[in-house]
Amino acid sequence: MKPFAYERATDAAGAVAAAAADGDTMYLGGGTNLVDLMKLGVHAPARLVDVSRLPAREIEELPDGGLRIGGAARNSDLAASRAVRERYPLLAQSVLSGASGQVRNAATVAGNLLQRTRCAYFQDVSKPCNKRVPGSGCPAREGDHRNLAIFGHSEACVATHPSDMAVAMAAIGGEVQVLGPSGTRTIPIPGLHRLPADEPQHDTVLRPGDLITAIELSPLGYARRSRYRKVRERASFAFAVVSIAAAVDLEGDSVRDCRIAFGGVAHTPWRATRAEEALRGAPAAGDAFAAAADAELAEARPLRDNAFKVRLARNLLMSTLSELCA
Amino acid sequence: MATAPTVLRINGDEHQLALDTRVTLLDLLRERLGLIGAKKGCDHGQCGACTVLIDGRRALACLTLACTLEGAEVTTIEGLADDGELHPLQTAFIEHDAFQCGYCTPGQICSAAGMLDEIRDGWPSIVTPDIADEQPTLDAAEIRERMSGNLCRCGAYANIVPAIADAAR
Repeated sequence: MKPFAYERATDAAGAVAAAAADGDTMYLGGGTNLVDLMKLGVHAPARLVDVSRLPAREIEELPDGGLRIGGAARNSDLAASRAVRERYPLLAQSVLSGASGQVRNAATVAGNLLQRTRCAYFQDVSKPCNKRVPGSGCPAREGDHRNLAIFGHSEACVATHPSDMAVAMAAIGGEVQVLGPSGTRTIPIPGLHRLPADEPQHDTVLRPGDLITAIELSPLGYARRSRYRKVRERASFAFAVVSIAAAVDLEGDSVRDCRIAFGGVAHTPWRATRAEEALRGAPAAGDAFAAAADAELAEARPLRDNAFKVRLARNLLMSTLSELCA
Repeated sequence: MATAPTVLRINGDEHQLALDTRVTLLDLLRERLGLIGAKKGCDHGQCGACTVLIDGRRALACLTLACTLEGAEVTTIEGLADDGELHPLQTAFIEHDAFQCGYCTPGQICSAAGMLDEIRDGWPSIVTPDIADEQPTLDAAEIRERMSGNLCRCGAYANIVPAIADAAR
């Protein structure tokens, strides 16, 4: 690992000022991804500014029915929160679907959003990767891409975003609050993560020095009827092959409104707006679920070895909605 | 080489250190303090052999930079016994023959200690039938899911699960 300077921030403004002083600085949250990537040589910052001890650890119910989550809140505290478990079951389930107990105890919520892809070529510095070294090429397109993107990928990059939590947040909606060198601003969710296009080195729309201070989730009363389901290659402690976050608002036997997002299928959490549109006002029944899945998956462009994800996503959507509407 | 002054407690003893910022808690314990109970399995957060308790919560020593632990209280397997009296999990692992080679065992036991506190605090897991349940029941499925961050390549799981269930009683 390359030597680096270390500074412990005591407040957000101090952290941002410290990061602005040296362009080759990274924020350190729980370190569960960044420390590993530094060991692998993927990241080699000259300086770390530790934001894991910032006081921004609140998980706070908002008067409008929403929720405010401090950027330094731990994943395990988010999942254990009574407000989350009652108002947004899909969010608690998504967090508990990710990683292991040890990792969730360390990982921050902001860090979870900003973790890097687990594409094998990105993590292996002996291989080209446009995300790690822009312009070096993408071996995944012709190589091992069985678990990579089916939506929104580009010639330059076919990586997926690994977070479960971000998928539930994309379904719920809200905003990310950011403090940067030029002040505060908000970024809508979905909207933090971006598709790779020809700049896969940028996972998000954040700019250098930006610090996520909080996430505010919108109220979504019907999220009490919601679910996060994850298909993976072993029963626990594995990244998603495909996952789904769904919430349904029923009116009699039909769908008044719904939220659906997929994980493991794109460079961003994939909000399934076409499926949602197809379902609004439709009967809460198998044929409508299938039509909604097909509306969304018509956009899929699977690679040579991951076309199975299209069928898997369809089945997952149908079974999850059937369960939610039972 | 950049260093960072760090004061922390390990198994009750205060340590004032001036560490290379690159040193992980695992390397601090094993290479500098002679506490070789926590094991280096994968060194990438995937096996759980290095699990210790930091401020009472289970954590991976291999992914924790020691310089981040200013003021922290670390408990390793060496600090789990109470004045020579084995921790109930240690006793249960022996009684149930819950290991073969023993390499993953310190991590398994520290992880289980943290996990039992989590369930006492009412934390759910992804297999908890009702996620809003204030007191999930610690059955075998819950133990398996909650301990999934600790791998045992001897495959001693069949005895680890009953050992933990026994210690939880």
